[in-house]
Amino acid sequence: MNQEPAESSIVVCPDGPLIVRGDFEIVTPSGAPVPRQRQTVALCRCGASAIKPYCDGTHKMIKFRTEPPAD
Amino acid sequence: MKIPEPRGPISTALFSALAAAAGTDHAAAGVEELRRLVTEQLPATTDIIGDDDVQLALFCLYELHYSGLEGVDDEWEWEPDLIQVRRLLERPFEQALRAAAQSAAGQLDLPPAAEMTSDAVADVLFGLAATDTGPSVSRYVAKKATLEQLKEFLVHKSVYQLKEADPHTWAIPRLTGRPKAALVEIQADEYGGGRPERMHSALFARTMRGLGMDDHYGAYVEAVPAVSLSAVNMMSLFGLNRRLRGAITGHLAIYEMTSSQPNRLYGNGFRRHGFDAEVTHYFDEHVEADAVHEQIAGRDLAGGLVEAEPELLGDVLFGATAVMAIDGRLSTHLLACWESGETSLRAAVPAAA
Repeated sequence: MNQEPAESSIVVCPDGPLIVRGDFEIVTPSGAPVPRQRQTVALCRCGASAIKPYCDGTHKMIKFRTEPPAD
Repeated sequence: MKIPEPRGPISTALFSALAAAAGTDHAAAGVEELRRLVTEQLPATTDIIGDDDVQLALFCLYELHYSGLEGVDDEWEWEPDLIQVRRLLERPFEQALRAAAQSAAGQLDLPPAAEMTSDAVADVLFGLAATDTGPSVSRYVAKKATLEQLKEFLVHKSVYQLKEADPHTWAIPRLTGRPKAALVEIQADEYGGGRPERMHSALFARTMRGLGMDDHYGAYVEAVPAVSLSAVNMMSLFGLNRRLRGAITGHLAIYEMTSSQPNRLYGNGFRRHGFDAEVTHYFDEHVEADAVHEQIAGRDLAGGLVEAEPELLGDVLFGATAVMAIDGRLSTHLLACWESGETSLRAAVPAAA
């Protein structure tokens, strides 16, 4: 294993998006670039964003949870 | 910035002192008169957050550290006697903000700061943001605001948004490690990622021009009431005082956490009046940007700072809840005026272009 930190990282935010940082491309299945305005992006993982693939904070309104509920 | 009209004895004395070259006898006499007036007037001030005279004076004193005041000697920025006057005004202002923040926060049940991880700090802040259920200017803008009210909305916002991000930048050299890297990452985005035309302040100026308004910094300072100035003075207070570095990070975190959805609604309000992406771009950009920033500001900036300096948790929460208190007060003012068909701007001033 390379000991150097990876070029890119994905931060898994509890109850929120994936923060992607570093050197990467976002492309459609056919390889076309998805418009991107910033270096570090937040990718939607609750499914409710109106600007997918990016996050727009809607996860907070729908009370999206990344952990299964404790009984 | 152009010096505005004074709003009382303190701002009158301030502008008169600043007319002299700093360091002269004439200048010293002017500041002494100002100090005397401030000492005399302050005890009579019952609501410093809503005090036009004090807030305008503070706003202009802080402006010496930003873009300066037209016709005022730059040497004034670090003139010790003038700094002393600023501190006389800042102290009761900070006390009032702490009191307002406390009532906005209610009872918070928190684990000891030393045991809080950065994610736990972010959770507390997101929790606070979620309790922010006060009057909604964004819903009003989306559904009801007239064109004139949209312009008023931009007038209030312009006092900060034309220098958007600047007050938080003061904190960068006061932080180290993870919170510093986080703040730089957010600010780089605020400042357009190296493209001046994409700076958030430049996008806001574009929105203003789209409505035929004056986009020069400070053009509408004259028109806004004390509470709009208070909101910006609060950021300068937090940013310019190293001891309040916790407060400025809490401020930024809650600001970002209460921004994405309101900006979508603001954009909708302008679209409802037929404005296109040229005008709404500022708001659309914030929907996406702030969803990124709120995570970084909550976890790495505020959370990272509390992990490194647990004793700052109280100030992080102070900064966060002070935003809620002051923004809530401004929202109440805007909606009360608009719903009764009145202007939210100062009566003496002609409405925006």
